[in-house]
Amino acid sequence: MQTKKPVPLIFELSSPGRRGYRYPELDVPETPMEELLPKEHLRREVPKLPEVSEIEVVRHYTGLSRLNHGVDVGFYPLGSCTMKYNPKVNEDIARLPGFSLLHPYQPEETVQGALKLMYKLQSYLTEIAGLSATTLQPAAGAHGELTGLMLMRAYHRERGEDTQRKEMLVPDSAHGTNPASAMMVNYKVREVPSDARGGVDVEALRGMVGPQTAGIMLTNPNTLGLFDENICEVAKIIHDAGGLLYYDGANANAIMGYVRPGDMGFDIVHFNLHKTFSTPHGGGGPGSGPIAVSQRLQDYLPGPLVSKRDGEYVWEYPTKSIGRVRSFFGNFGVLVRAYAYIRSHGPQGLMDVSDTAVLHANYLMRKLQDDFDLPYDRHCMHEFVLSGKRQKNQGVRTLDIAKRLLDYGVHSPTVYFPLIVEEALMVEPTETETLATLDAFVEAMKQIAIEAAEEPETVRQAPYNTPVRRLDDALAARKPVLRWTPRS
Amino acid sequence: MRYIPTTSEERQHMLDFLGVDSVEELFDAVPDRIRTEKPLPLPDALAEAQLMRHMKELSESNVSCEHLVSFLGAGSYDHLIPAVVNHITSRGEFLTAYTPYQAEISQGVLQVIFEFQTLIAELTGMDAANASMYDGATSLAEACLMACNVARRSKVLLPETLHPEWVDVVKLYMENQDISVQMIPWNRETGTMDVAALHEDAAGDAACLVIPYPNFFGVIEDVAKLSRWIHDAGGLLVTAADPVSLGLLEAPGAFGADIVVGEGQPFGNTMNFGGPGFGFFACSGSKLIRRMPGRIVGETVDTEGRRGYVLTLQTREQHIRREKATSNICSNQALNALAGAVHLSVIGPQGLKDVAYQCLQKTAYLKSQLRDIGIQAAFSGPTFREFVVQADANWDEVNKRLLDHGFLGGLPLGERFPELQHCVLLSVTEARTKDEIDRFVHALGGLC
Amino acid sequence: MANPRDYFYTKDHEWIHVKGKVCRIGITDYAQNELGDVVFVELPEQDTIVEEGEGFAVVESVKAVSDVYAPLSGKVVGINEALEDSPELVNESPFDEGWIVELEITDESQLKDLMTADEYDAFLEEV
Ligand SMILES: Cc1ncc(COP(=O)(O)O)c(C=O)c1O
Repeated sequence: MQTKKPVPLIFELSSPGRRGYRYPELDVPETPMEELLPKEHLRREVPKLPEVSEIEVVRHYTGLSRLNHGVDVGFYPLGSCTMKYNPKVNEDIARLPGFSLLHPYQPEETVQGALKLMYKLQSYLTEIAGLSATTLQPAAGAHGELTGLMLMRAYHRERGEDTQRKEMLVPDSAHGTNPASAMMVNYKVREVPSDARGGVDVEALRGMVGPQTAGIMLTNPNTLGLFDENICEVAKIIHDAGGLLYYDGANANAIMGYVRPGDMGFDIVHFNLHKTFSTPHGGGGPGSGPIAVSQRLQDYLPGPLVSKRDGEYVWEYPTKSIGRVRSFFGNFGVLVRAYAYIRSHGPQGLMDVSDTAVLHANYLMRKLQDDFDLPYDRHCMHEFVLSGKRQKNQGVRTLDIAKRLLDYGVHSPTVYFPLIVEEALMVEPTETETLATLDAFVEAMKQIAIEAAEEPETVRQAPYNTPVRRLDDALAARKPVLRWTPRS
Repeated sequence: MRYIPTTSEERQHMLDFLGVDSVEELFDAVPDRIRTEKPLPLPDALAEAQLMRHMKELSESNVSCEHLVSFLGAGSYDHLIPAVVNHITSRGEFLTAYTPYQAEISQGVLQVIFEFQTLIAELTGMDAANASMYDGATSLAEACLMACNVARRSKVLLPETLHPEWVDVVKLYMENQDISVQMIPWNRETGTMDVAALHEDAAGDAACLVIPYPNFFGVIEDVAKLSRWIHDAGGLLVTAADPVSLGLLEAPGAFGADIVVGEGQPFGNTMNFGGPGFGFFACSGSKLIRRMPGRIVGETVDTEGRRGYVLTLQTREQHIRREKATSNICSNQALNALAGAVHLSVIGPQGLKDVAYQCLQKTAYLKSQLRDIGIQAAFSGPTFREFVVQADANWDEVNKRLLDHGFLGGLPLGERFPELQHCVLLSVTEARTKDEIDRFVHALGGLC
Repeated sequence: MANPRDYFYTKDHEWIHVKGKVCRIGITDYAQNELGDVVFVELPEQDTIVEEGEGFAVVESVKAVSDVYAPLSGKVVGINEALEDSPELVNESPFDEGWIVELEITDESQLKDLMTADEYDAFLEEV
């Protein structure tokens, strides 16, 4: 990416009286304002929106877009985020007026196509999870986690155990949303250590469970990119203690068609449709985080779900539903894309996705293992974690490596996560990249490793070729400027 | 396969390099007894053309608001969207980016969010806004949690005039944090919160009062009075605002709101069968700002002194504070917020005023036309772009017949509000024409 | 930066400077170094009563958060308001201008549980 001119704020383009859009003339007879709204309700100060023309708006946002990296621009091996190619046809599909212009409260008979799509997607995800029922309501992965934990509480409550089961077990390698979601339902988080092979420390776990255990939140493959070989044992320990297992499905791209979370012993699974099922991440969202659950939890699901009665698709509320976790039915536009993705792949296609994702990750890992530390030397799944420990001793931090990669037109891997690996670099190539792209990444990483050893200052000052150089995070946090203010 | 570029030679090259015979070997950590033996029971793959045909069929078996003339609102609205919005949000650089973790190559998204935060702050009259929430309902739930944390109290006052689904969401979130929710009844005459029911002791230990603005029935509450009442009792005022109304109605910041949330779908986002739109979240004062949920973008400089933008105040968030974070939110609704920002930028202050004014006038017009044929508004309070009417009719039946005339009728309220058995909530946006309204009134006249 | 000889220390890398009944408390040079650029310090309210071991202030850097635990029981009688505008003082002058809180202590016997400068130096050798 070359250095480009900075783009002024849209507010700085504003000229009084300029307009970018006209509404049709008001065509109904006007009622005097004082008859409609008491004066005290009227706005006194006009909000300072920019006054700009349409071409300025288009150039402004086009200019901004050119300062941004995306999967459409280049390689994006951001571990845990599954930045695979987002099919263009799915964008066209989601914009079909028969989907995008539906009101959520339309009568069922006018939305049979939408309900059918949701019904099918519920069943596909249920199958991929190996469980019993699915809700499409949660808006993202973390929202799915929250929903799943609410279900756990409802389940324990019905057994009279909610007041006693207050502990949520979360491995030390877990994503931050896991403990944060547990906090949202008033669970006390207990951290489970990992063992030397990167899995759950089974002996430690045994010592931690008891009548206070509500459940455990795991991802498998975990955030180290490793499949936990002891998963069945873990599931047994938790179930024997009366707890439930939550599967953080952020890493499901590794397992489709190979193994189902339900068969591993999980009771609740969320999928990030914006990862595994290729819906675009939009610079931060929207996502979608459906959850699939086992039979003993399905009656508690948030409603409504879509079911089929006499050949018609209808809304239905589970009998002991916890209620709802958001308005309406979920991020439907995202569901449409995920449905299209599954239909364009079929069972074999999804298996090829996982198979290739795993192959690509192992290839990269082995190509890079001599230049960076590899804390867990075993086959990885769809991603792997390196450590920049060696480079740290040379005076180059992982953050510097990440910044230097940007000069190669590559988004950096996820850094400093998981927390249990010092100077972590988490790489997820995905299945949609070419071998040439993978090899170019290897070359860039090797080059940086050489630089770190020979001219560390070059890496420490990176990036050079980006629209801006390294930005001052500390200044931003010390003196927060969170909005534009007009010059007085 | 469709989106996998790897050729069989390349696969073999990688397998050789790894020294394994097949990818299967890489899965050696998966215990045999849990391996999936049979193919997943999913339909076979479709080629792009087949997929498109199938999806068109599905979409065309819906009757959408491309063909229906909608008078339905209740949280999702058929507003006009300038054509530029879709073009900007379709740009791959925005569409296919993740959360802007690497600021130096994410200045586009970061600056968009900074501008978005400014637009929301201006609209609501607050100091600062975050980068978006899932939707209005979850944004409100988070606001209530934040109010409880700041006020160190554990009771929330929710009016029954709030959108019933939002009530459900807030209740569920609060229940899971052992926070009590006290519902405030409403006045059947005005359609607003029953101010008489607001005894001082009710507010005594409440962290916050929520005011829907306008409320679910489209009526504007007595915000000034309610604001004084809750502040006198030491609680916070949380306003759930309809952003379109803020083109005409006083900004919540001006009457003392501490937190303002809402659903931003009307700006730049099609209805999408209820999602995705975006929730917004704004507040004032550094004490509150430092407890906001979600992503926040701040201005800074690079090593050469150039202005730039970064994610900031991140210690609030789950990836750093984990179980002590202010919220668990990670992904939000950034692209929908971008759509909102483009929409607001292109319509500008005059456009915002126009759209709000037209909603108000067209709603008033429909109300008066219905009055003329004997269908009365149910409440006396002032309304914005929605209102409740009552008529001795079975509205489910009426709505069915209206469909035959190409109209999407209002939302019958009887199910959720037993006292509103024969009432329906109607909505009129600027997208409706006089002709459509007249024809709707005519059709209704024949049915009620 | 050398650890002042007349201060006491804790394993959480806090220092305590005793002046009669009032103890001034901050974080050590080692602690500020580990945290990186301090961007915000959340201070307790005046007159707050704190128990030994209770978290009563928070020091934040861009990507890390550290609770400050009361090394002794007592009442908050002073807070360093300069940190509100200049949190970087914790980095620049951890043992002096970057102090955080002053406590009026209730139980002087708790002092003997603290480390001396020599003991803290030795402790740092180990970590
Ligand atoms: C392992 C893991 N869990 C959970 C999440 C949260 O997902 P979302 O961002 O969709 O809320 C993520 C995404 O960053 C993740 O990587």
